[in-house]
Amino acid sequence: MATATRIPPEVLARYEPVIGLEVHVQLLTASKIFCGCSTSFGAPPNSNVCPVCLGLPGALPVLNRKAVEFAALAALALGCQVRETSSFARKNYFYPDLPKGYQISQYDQPLAEHGAIEITSGEGRKKVGITRLHLEEDAGKSLHDGFAESATSTCLDLNRAGTPLAEIVSEPEISSPDEAFEYLTRLKEIILFTGVSDCNMEEGSLRCDANVSVRRKGAKEFGAKVEVKNVNSFRFIREALAYEIERQVEALESGEKVVQETRLYHAAEGKTFSMRSKEQAHDYRYFPDPDLQPLVVDAAWQAEIRKQLPELPEALRARLVAQYGITEYDAGVLSASRSLAQQFEAAARSAKNPKRVANLVQSELMGRLKARDLSIEQSPITMRGVAMSADLAEAGTISSKMLKDLYDHAFATGEDFAAVYEREKPQQLSDASAIEKVIEDVMAANPQQVEQYRAGKTTVKAFFVGQVMKATKGQANPAMVNELLDKKLAG
Amino acid sequence: MKVKEKDVQHVAALANLELTAEESMRMLQDLNAVLDHIDMLNEVDTANVAPMAFVAADITALRSDETRASLPRDEALSNAPEAGMADGRRAFFKVPKVIER
Repeated sequence: MATATRIPPEVLARYEPVIGLEVHVQLLTASKIFCGCSTSFGAPPNSNVCPVCLGLPGALPVLNRKAVEFAALAALALGCQVRETSSFARKNYFYPDLPKGYQISQYDQPLAEHGAIEITSGEGRKKVGITRLHLEEDAGKSLHDGFAESATSTCLDLNRAGTPLAEIVSEPEISSPDEAFEYLTRLKEIILFTGVSDCNMEEGSLRCDANVSVRRKGAKEFGAKVEVKNVNSFRFIREALAYEIERQVEALESGEKVVQETRLYHAAEGKTFSMRSKEQAHDYRYFPDPDLQPLVVDAAWQAEIRKQLPELPEALRARLVAQYGITEYDAGVLSASRSLAQQFEAAARSAKNPKRVANLVQSELMGRLKARDLSIEQSPITMRGVAMSADLAEAGTISSKMLKDLYDHAFATGEDFAAVYEREKPQQLSDASAIEKVIEDVMAANPQQVEQYRAGKTTVKAFFVGQVMKATKGQANPAMVNELLDKKLAG
Repeated sequence: MKVKEKDVQHVAALANLELTAEESMRMLQDLNAVLDHIDMLNEVDTANVAPMAFVAADITALRSDETRASLPRDEALSNAPEAGMADGRRAFFKVPKVIER
């Protein structure tokens, strides 16, 4: 990544970045927030529009109950207090993809306030406050390029206009690009667990703007704040912030002032650029929307919504560690999504020994995934496959060596464990008389060890197990070998 | 409360209006006349009255999350002065090139 400079670390260290993030997530309702048009992504342009979302005169908005429930559920998951009474306001600005000339949003009475997300910061943990979570409508999409007439005109697709959004505003309590990255990662994880948004950044269902300023360490006053927009991945936000912090420090060090403005991040160059808009603070002239009465989410409704709150990532990880004795790292991998955690737990529960499932995930699955740079969702061996292998190992039907071979096979062919097992099923020797025959041969060839065993040195048994397995090329049923050896060695 | 010429200019800019000096003067007079009129409300003692944003003492209506048929696209675009094409059909609202103000 291109950095602004050359600023010596000791100079940077004299400054303290102050970062606040605004995250918009699209809520997964079937219909728009104020009308019955579909919210489906990728529909033909301007096919999901009606008088309400087109802003035609006389059309009136009617609030979608589900959008309220989804936003409130996200708010509760983020530790916010949901206001019993909130209200809608008009945010006035002109842009062609905003047909009404105002966006219906919430201003002085947002749906929810006073939440927090706990993040890892360096060695420690810290809480980043969430100022507010409010409901608003999305704008349409402007297509500036790709048409014959693009040099002189812009095309508008208003399908997205009116899609429900929850805007989540953090306190300016984030003090580094890494913390911003961590905050966003945790936020996305929590929202995904609630299921109210798919948080797909490519499709724009999660978008983030960052406010960043720097000040001398220990200063009370905030520096002039720059808003960074147009950043479409968490990694780019981290890079954009790092660039922006250096740029601002450089300006201050050379005696310049940081201009309060909006800047766009260009990922290819790794730099932010001024939008060169007129240097006037936004003046949105918010006022209560007379078309919408106050929204009341009373205690009973809040309780109903709270009931839908799933176990959240933090609590889930702690429980996985405690319940299955796995490491925090592996618990983190297994809780990458709610469905993965559910699959794991279902597999663990269905298996004879849940801990063995956890152990196999940890000892056999993770390493193979890592070696091939696969995410756990891409694993050829599903959780069900892991459970099956755990049961086979538990029953002694396959040895740990065979299990490893079968896993290698599955990863080589991209098949799940069950398919590989069915085909490659080791021709296991479970014929008692045949195993007994092998045992007798081994004993005859090693009379000294037989003596030792009978003299009380029972640890020699491991030697015999090894010899029998070797003689059968690892195909003897381990449980039967154990049992028969005990009998034979006892004499 | 009185507004000044610079307030008129500010509001005009926000409304994307370009006013001549003459129009600006007239707006200034008109706005101040309206504000004078509204100022009469200040004569009422509201010390013990809670602020009111909504006239009807009601809470908002809610609808269930069900989709309804949207407008046929031709109809949606029927008032558009210009339309952008996709697959040989009118598909987009077309506006002059957007330049961030």
